[in-house]
Amino acid sequence: MAVSKKVVLRFPRRMVERPIIYRLAKDYDLEFNILKASITPEQEGLLVLELKGNQAEYDRGIEFLLKAGVQIQSLSQDITRNEERCTQCGACVTVCPTGAFKLDPKTQLVIFNNEKCIGCGLCIPACPPHAMEVHF
Amino acid sequence: MAKTIAEINEKIKTGKAVVFTAEEIIRVAQEKGVKQAAREVDVVTTGTFGIMCSSGAYFNIGHASPRIKLGGGRAYLNDVPAYTGLAAADLFLGANALPDDDPRNRFHPGEFNYGGGHVIEELVAGKDVRLVATAYGTDCYPRKRLETWLNIKDLNEAVLFNIRNAYQNYNVAVNLSDKTIYTYMGMLKPKMGNVNYSSAGQLSPLFNDPFYQTIGIGTRIFLGGGTGFVAWQGTQHNPTVPRTEKGIPKGGAGTLAVIGDLKQMSPKWLVGASVQGYGCSLTVGIGVPIPILNEEILQYTTVTDADIYAQVIDYSDAYPQRRPDTVAEVTYAELKSGKVKIKGKDVPTAARSSYPRAVEIAATLKDWIQTGKFFLTEPVEKLPGAESGVTVKPLRERPIEG
Ligand code: SF4
Ligand code: SF4
Repeated sequence: MAVSKKVVLRFPRRMVERPIIYRLAKDYDLEFNILKASITPEQEGLLVLELKGNQAEYDRGIEFLLKAGVQIQSLSQDITRNEERCTQCGACVTVCPTGAFKLDPKTQLVIFNNEKCIGCGLCIPACPPHAMEVHF
Repeated sequence: MAKTIAEINEKIKTGKAVVFTAEEIIRVAQEKGVKQAAREVDVVTTGTFGIMCSSGAYFNIGHASPRIKLGGGRAYLNDVPAYTGLAAADLFLGANALPDDDPRNRFHPGEFNYGGGHVIEELVAGKDVRLVATAYGTDCYPRKRLETWLNIKDLNEAVLFNIRNAYQNYNVAVNLSDKTIYTYMGMLKPKMGNVNYSSAGQLSPLFNDPFYQTIGIGTRIFLGGGTGFVAWQGTQHNPTVPRTEKGIPKGGAGTLAVIGDLKQMSPKWLVGASVQGYGCSLTVGIGVPIPILNEEILQYTTVTDADIYAQVIDYSDAYPQRRPDTVAEVTYAELKSGKVKIKGKDVPTAARSSYPRAVEIAATLKDWIQTGKFFLTEPVEKLPGAESGVTVKPLRERPIEG
């Protein structure tokens, strides 16, 4: 059975140099599409991938990643903003690695665009009134 | 012709007072000219909504039966320690207080999910708060332990008392080091990856009365959604800093100590805050009315973000080491555009204080005045001004010989 999934991979600094994705393609025959790649403020590697392939191979590939010490989050994790709690302070704007928060230059309102969110979770502890919420 | 506060209050009573916010007045003065605007306008309202760490509240919980002397004992509100150095039934709770078992920064950066600021928010929201107190027992106050729910409506007094709020200007923070740091100015990315600032700029109370001509001790204000008063100059009040030609301080300067009845306030305007890697605090809404007594006072309220400069400080080194070095000087107009150019690099900016909420506070205060719900007060004493010689001194450490 064929699958196509979006996942967020976070790997510790010691692994940033290892050819993990190459192994995924070569050993598990998974097709990948890099949606985002960056080094987070904690100096971790952050990679958002779309993976396509056979379900069995996909599962083995994920197992390989987990064993190697990669943290995997499925993009189905949903991040929402509790509009009642948001004080429009702006603290999240430069925290988010994908620019999901935009400042309206006229009103200085912070607009949250859920579409751009990759569920990295960085805004959760950075939001002073705890307005950003994770739903699984 | 100069007006008096009594005349303005007369107009408020009859619903005739002309009021604008500190944002609106900029355009009004441009259109009418300062002279005419000063004649026509009675009050300009300001606002600010940000994390203000030197906030706290005191309570009188009423006497238990048998009696207990909290003074000199220990007391916890929802596990957050309250100060018991006062009399038998009085407690003071600071916004930064943390439960004894909070992990703090043991795993850096700590999350600081719940502290004094959160307890204040819950009390104001009308929620029950758990008091656990122990005492040593006296002949007149025999009890040694008390555990009870408290609700704000049952307290004799619940008073917000913030000893330093509404900073007139503030540092702008960057991080020049090569690792992420977590500060009270927020998360700062390495190598100047972002710039954080914290002021409502042109709407902020003390920018609109830079020489404290109208704001003084006894000034009635919007505080946390209710009314309060300026109690004193805030701690670290530092009026003698360098100023621009228009009198605007170029760095942190004046501050206010404010006080008000917590029972009238609302959790919309007093919000518990968790500052990652730093601690707990309270986000406070303050709005100050400025009576337009003459042209000069009106002129000052027309200050714009482009007129206000702030100092960019490196929070990885200069700030913690208390060195005076600044990285750059920027205006709030630049900061609010979303990015600033520092040393040839475009750096994205983020606010720590909420401009949209500051706008709402100024508008609310305007509405209160226009509808006769809020009257202005004559300050009973001036705050120390630019000529007072008052400055904030750093600590001069004197080693204690053993
Ligand atoms: S940090 Fe939180 S409160 Fe501030 S604007 Fe972002 S979501 Fe809203
Ligand atoms: S979880 Fe928060 S910080 Fe991460 S991408 Fe989504 S909005 Fe941005």
